Amino acid sequence: MILFEPPMGFLAIATYVTMIAVAISILVAALRVFIGPSLPDRVVALDLVGLLAVSVISVVAIASQQPVLLDAAIALALIAFLSTMAFARFIEWQGGRDE
Amino acid sequence: MNATELIAGILLLAGAAFVLVSAIGVIRFPDVYMRMHAATKAGTLGAGLVLGAAAIVFGDLGITVRSFVVFLFLLLTAPVAAHVLGRAAYYDGVPRWERTRLDELDGRYPVPGERGAPKAVPPGD
Repeated sequence: MILFEPPMGFLAIATYVTMIAVAISILVAALRVFIGPSLPDRVVALDLVGLLAVSVISVVAIASQQPVLLDAAIALALIAFLSTMAFARFIEWQGGRDE
Repeated sequence: MNATELIAGILLLAGAAFVLVSAIGVIRFPDVYMRMHAATKAGTLGAGLVLGAAAIVFGDLGITVRSFVVFLFLLLTAPVAAHVLGRAAYYDGVPRWERTRLDELDGRYPVPGERGAPKAVPPGD
């Protein structure tokens, strides 16, 4: 899938660094999803995970030279927004504190 | 190394930095409202920079328009989602940081922690 050959240029190195940074960010945001004291904390972290997934898709599109993947980014951004809105309405109706 | 590659790489690294900052903010800030601040602004900017890098790398009109549309969509929806979520958290009585000094909504919304349908705020005051 990854098409950068071993004598890597600046773009290849930047792509790999970005992949590592986004992976660390997703792990950190997932940690907030797990510990996160209230339900809105978890939903905020999940929203960030959706945003980071869009970033992952763009970086993989660059690395694998497959611009078709950006269509998946469009769909994923839409799904993340809708799920955040649904969670927010759910919290307003039901109350979300789990202490 | 040509100029396109250089610009795209710089955009990628900047996006990686902003994404990392937003994740650190989400894990380190003491309050759900501050975490929302980190996740929404820095996260949107980081994803937008990475999308811009993709647009520059491919250099095709369709790809550029597509990544610009994704960025525009994120730019439009992230504040809306954060606003609705912040309002829900406030209704639900999620505690603020104990050193927050100003809460201009104090007394205008239903008592924090009280569940049920929120009442409308009377206009004009």
